[in-house]
Amino acid sequence: MPKLLTGAEIVFKALEDQNVEYIFGYPGGAVLPIYDELKNHKSIKHILARHEQGAGHAAEGYARSSGKPGILLVTSGPGATNAVTALTDAYMDSIPLVCISGQVPTHLIGTDAFQECDTTGITRPCTKHNWLVKDVNELSNVLHKAFEVATSGRPGPVLVDIPKDIQFNKGSYKYTKKNKNQKPNNKKIDLKEVDKFINLLKNSAKPIFYTGGGVINSGPEASTLLRELVAITGFPITSTLQGLGAFPGDDPQFLGMLGMHGTYEANNAMHDCDLMINIGARFDDRITGKVDEFSPGSKKVHIDIDPSSIGKNIKVDLAIVSDVAEFLKLTLKRFKEKNKNFLSSNKQKTSKWWQQIEKWRDKKSLNFVNSEKVIKPQHAVQRLYELTKEKDTFITTEVGQHQMWAAQHYKFNKPNRWMTSGGLGTMGYGLPAAIGVQIAHPNKLVIDIAGEASVLMTMQEMSTAVQYKLPIKIFILNNEYMGMVRQWQELLHEKNYSESYTAALPDFVKLAESYGCVGIRAKDPNELDEKINQMLEINKPVIFDCIVDKNENCFPMIPSGKPHNQMILGPEEEEEISDEGKVLV
Amino acid sequence: MVKPKSAYSIPGKIEKKEHHIIVVWVDNEAGVLARVVGLFSGRGYNIESLAVAEVDKKKHISRITIVTQGTPGVIEQIKLQLKKLIPVHKVADFDRNDKNILFRELALFKIVAHSKKQQKAKKICKKYNPIIIDKSKKSFVIQVTALRREIDKLTIDLKPLGLISTSRTGAVAMTKGAKIFN
Repeated sequence: MPKLLTGAEIVFKALEDQNVEYIFGYPGGAVLPIYDELKNHKSIKHILARHEQGAGHAAEGYARSSGKPGILLVTSGPGATNAVTALTDAYMDSIPLVCISGQVPTHLIGTDAFQECDTTGITRPCTKHNWLVKDVNELSNVLHKAFEVATSGRPGPVLVDIPKDIQFNKGSYKYTKKNKNQKPNNKKIDLKEVDKFINLLKNSAKPIFYTGGGVINSGPEASTLLRELVAITGFPITSTLQGLGAFPGDDPQFLGMLGMHGTYEANNAMHDCDLMINIGARFDDRITGKVDEFSPGSKKVHIDIDPSSIGKNIKVDLAIVSDVAEFLKLTLKRFKEKNKNFLSSNKQKTSKWWQQIEKWRDKKSLNFVNSEKVIKPQHAVQRLYELTKEKDTFITTEVGQHQMWAAQHYKFNKPNRWMTSGGLGTMGYGLPAAIGVQIAHPNKLVIDIAGEASVLMTMQEMSTAVQYKLPIKIFILNNEYMGMVRQWQELLHEKNYSESYTAALPDFVKLAESYGCVGIRAKDPNELDEKINQMLEINKPVIFDCIVDKNENCFPMIPSGKPHNQMILGPEEEEEISDEGKVLV
Repeated sequence: MVKPKSAYSIPGKIEKKEHHIIVVWVDNEAGVLARVVGLFSGRGYNIESLAVAEVDKKKHISRITIVTQGTPGVIEQIKLQLKKLIPVHKVADFDRNDKNILFRELALFKIVAHSKKQQKAKKICKKYNPIIIDKSKKSFVIQVTALRREIDKLTIDLKPLGLISTSRTGAVAMTKGAKIFN
């Protein structure tokens, strides 16, 4: 008979068998037996957050930058409810998280016990699946199943709720190692569909690749394969917010990000194309704009691992349910066999299309009027990019204008370098996410491009960064406004800036010092480079308070209810855009 | 119409809705019904009726039959979203007008009336496999099995004849002939 283990021991044994190195968490009454067991497992390190939401976003940052699932450990009641935002965020952006929550003892469930809540009920809509474990002998099976569900198919969060008595009870541990390369839920791709796809590629005069977070989630190999397919076809490519980095941001075939704040060339190309190749994106409403007028003349191909993502928002002509890397590998092999000189032989066919794209590009839609007196936020992101591009830099963001400016002006060359809350749009995501990224990549430069409003939502996590000596850089574009709210109020609500200005902001330099890290402030465009360089030299967490123009809006943008080809380029829309005083991007 | 002021797009064309019967085989475990029903409410799908019971005692499989209404796109999403739920084994979907599928709903009616009206009421139910399962001098309880719309009509017709209480199961479905759902 195998040795019986306590529930808490089973938790750690399962985590060890899943090769878990880090847990992000926060202790509490209902989870204490698991915390008590922590000391006996040296291969697993616990990172103590200051709030369960922070722990959750840190686990997300860890997962997104490493490709491994993030582990979250919280107590019952408030511990679990505080984790809900992070779980929902991970659900929307397809991030694998395994959340283990304590629960009141089984005999107290349903009695409104102290720190009791219906955790599985509350988290049911924001997890792929969740379990309430009522028998310790089920625990090991449930935990391993939880890892499988979180990481397979379209990844996402799962939760295992473990009552305190189950953590104490003894039971048997079962685990049979599965073949590592085995990807469950992955159906064999139909070769006929691949051939149909190749035929579409060959017959298109106005093609475009539209790629998303699915490429990143499929692993680094998917990005390499995507680059090859784009290179040998010579087609233009645009990316969603989540897909940035899968294809080099400075490559001439890359049209920049698409969508509400995407580039003029990307959105117009999406509208006018005759073949749209969606790889690992989900036709989100920030991308499509008005659905009825979305890319009216194109044949649409959708490659996605999640069957329910196909046809949800936009009907497509060819749908292939597959992992991106698997699909690309197969397609490239078949494509190269029969189309040796496709790039040169097909050049003529797409040349008019490229000429049109260059015309759109000439609009230089990311331009802005720079200033000698105040720091323009776009300029700040551009300088940050120029001064850090030689390093292998990881960028996280909060949510709002700064997020869009970061996406527009920071160019990514590798996958897993860009962590942003796209689906849920969670203000306060970036700082704790940066902590998780730095844990996964201790020697890399990790910067949270932040807004002053967002960052205050999870500012307490600076204390975590200091405790674990994580030299994250919090680069705040401080305009004293909830900038995106202010922008919408200006454009849609007659400049009624209702509650979007934050009075009584803290002094971020002093705040940094009080946490035991370093604060830097830049006010003048002329001192910006020097201050950024100063920040980069400090091997400690830094809060960089970059005072920027308060009234700057994020352009270009697709206004509400408009199709892709009706973008607003900037405040000077009506006038001829003069090149003078504008920064070339 | 007032011009919408929103960061969201305005709704596009609205497609015609169809009636469908969705059959779901699930593991009969705690909370499984909440997952299925929560999916419907969370994504704004409609449930007109719901029938659920364990159909395989050994494997603990329950069969859930849901009558719903939606555009073809929504019906497709319902199926795909249901298939993503971990305890769901398979999902079948039928158009209500499909001639190869049998649909039945069971109803209990309590009629309180004098004997003349009672006779009338029984006559109305005649076509729908009526069984009187309880009676007293002033009342009776009758069980009928029929299509949803037939039962809808019965409830209206029985109202003036002393119908005071109605209990319905929600529709269940099965294929005709030797075939089964797959």
